Amino acid sequence: MDSAALLDLVDSTIRLSTPLLFAALAGLYSERSGIFDISLEGKMLIAAFASASAAAVWGSAAIGLCFGILAAVAFALVHGVASITYRGNQIVSGVAINFIAAGLTIILGQSWFGRGGNTPSLFSAGRFLPVHLPGADAAASVPILGPIYSGVLSGQTALVYVAFLMVPLTWWVLFRTRFGLRLRAVGENPAAVDTAGISVTFLRYRAVIICGVLCGFAGSYLATGQAAGFTRDMTAGKGYIALAALIFANWRPVRVMFACLLFGFLDAISIRVQGVSFPLVGQVSVQFVQALPYILTVVLLAGFVGKATPPRAGGVPYVKER
Amino acid sequence: MSRPYAKLPGWIDYGLIPLINLVVAFLVAGLVVLVVGESPIQAAVLMIRGAFGYAEGVGFTLYYATNFMFTGLAVAVAFHGGLFNIGGEGQAYVGGLGVAAVALSLGAILPWWLNLPLAIVLSFAFGALWALIPAYLQARRGSHIVITTIMFNFIAAALMVYLLVGVLKPVGSMAPETRTFDIGGQLPKLKGLFHLLGFNLGGAPLNVSIFVALVAAVLVWLLIWHTRLGYEIRTLGFSPRAARYAGMSETRVIIVTMMISGGLAGLMALNVVMGDQYRLGIDFPQGAGFVGIAVALMGRGHPAGIIPAAILFGMLYQGGAELSFDMPAISRDMIVIIQGLVILFAGALENMFRPAIGAAYQRVRFRASEPTGAPVKEAR
Repeated sequence: MDSAALLDLVDSTIRLSTPLLFAALAGLYSERSGIFDISLEGKMLIAAFASASAAAVWGSAAIGLCFGILAAVAFALVHGVASITYRGNQIVSGVAINFIAAGLTIILGQSWFGRGGNTPSLFSAGRFLPVHLPGADAAASVPILGPIYSGVLSGQTALVYVAFLMVPLTWWVLFRTRFGLRLRAVGENPAAVDTAGISVTFLRYRAVIICGVLCGFAGSYLATGQAAGFTRDMTAGKGYIALAALIFANWRPVRVMFACLLFGFLDAISIRVQGVSFPLVGQVSVQFVQALPYILTVVLLAGFVGKATPPRAGGVPYVKER
Repeated sequence: MSRPYAKLPGWIDYGLIPLINLVVAFLVAGLVVLVVGESPIQAAVLMIRGAFGYAEGVGFTLYYATNFMFTGLAVAVAFHGGLFNIGGEGQAYVGGLGVAAVALSLGAILPWWLNLPLAIVLSFAFGALWALIPAYLQARRGSHIVITTIMFNFIAAALMVYLLVGVLKPVGSMAPETRTFDIGGQLPKLKGLFHLLGFNLGGAPLNVSIFVALVAAVLVWLLIWHTRLGYEIRTLGFSPRAARYAGMSETRVIIVTMMISGGLAGLMALNVVMGDQYRLGIDFPQGAGFVGIAVALMGRGHPAGIIPAAILFGMLYQGGAELSFDMPAISRDMIVIIQGLVILFAGALENMFRPAIGAAYQRVRFRASEPTGAPVKEAR
């Protein structure tokens, strides 16, 4: 593999891990507050659809992003109402949201645009375009560092930078602010937080809303950054991979980034391994590489490699008094 | 699982509240129909007519219902044990391997009525095996069954594509599917039976698997409410600590429950692979594993509720397909929305109307008992 192909691989790894990163960080806020969320997939999907539709109508990626976030937050609030206010089963609610999003995007898309559930293709103004960092062209001639700067760091869309900046921000919020401390506490022991006079309900609602906002970014990136428009079922299980990454990272922000990069890398490499023979193992099937994130997560969950410890109060509705 | 709400009489708990939840789900679905510019009432009429208005439609409705009976029972059995099996889709998919193994190897040798029991055993076994690893991991390693079964759905999809593209595809064929089964690997359609009754099923793929599904429903009822194992399953679902205290082996019950659940999902392959398509193809369950969640929730985990719920969803599938001819704005994906809404209102939001209904019930009862309340006061 020559250096150009290697840079290309790194570049597509970053692009493919960006939606995973947004979605996994979204899940991090929700699950750290004790609300399990398997509806990342559905929220990403509805956000992708809403952003692509708005961008197609108004021709602006920024408006698209706003609508994407609004749609995802609306769905997040449904999950919040079901699992916080009405103390319903959080898994059931998540499953429901995934289905509603899958059906709604196609029905509305067909009714609005009449293209079998897809939105019209977006042109430049409706998309997030690559941002060229200063001096990228000049630096390209510098050996080793130059191509990395101009080929990988520069030329990504703005949302990619936002995604990777969210990692230190999330770490800071969770581990260095009062809000973060309370958020983590409410996911471990809501009764203690309640005793301290802090509203469990309000805290969890805020976490769920942040989750919606980040899912909005994830979906908008898919439809208006990575692709040029919405295609039906475009998330194609990415929400579940993000969930897997979150578990794989043991619910910690920096590790989430590495897990997303790993799963993004597997995605990027799965197209490239076809017909390639490796030393020791020979040819690897595409399906195996595609299934690898799921297999790795199961192995981790099994506790044979490391141990996944979810937030203790996760999935349990909080009842104030018995 | 303890209920954080006051107890209400049975007819409200099992009759009125599920009914109200269901009605709300359909009302919201009606709103979606309204948004895309069609009349919900007309859509409902067209849908019911498409599903039940003529014999062929009924045949299709019952064919789809057969799938959902299997997957609904699968989800319900796991629910009774407090386990959420989202892996029905993957288990059904892998169950198809069991059916194909019988039909491909013995299809030319044995008649269908000898192959059917073998296919039942093998599809059940394959589905059960696919549920075994998540079950073991839940029981012994404490990993969450919901997450592992989701992961196993994706692993099943990758595995089946690998097998169909690489191993099972006949030489020289491009399509990723097995060869068509010989006559012994094809279950008979019920066209002849209905013909005797004076109905013409036309091309409806309804086949003998529906009897297997009905027998499975009876067996599940017997298992859950009339056997020792069923008692253990329900105890585990009600309170794992009570089960442990009573000396039940948690590991054994979890693994057995999940394997029964996976096996029932695997049986679904009979209906599609051996009963209709006569070959094993890519993604043949087509989401039936997930519909099972809605069916089980709607049927409240009881076979007597699951069968009508499965027929309702069969109606939605068949009627929805018909509907899209008359209303192009509404495709079959409308069903996915309805399915989601049913899961939301009958499952996650099942307690939404409970306080209001409870209060209304108390008020009615209080008012009714007021005249008899007066003497009690005097007696004091």
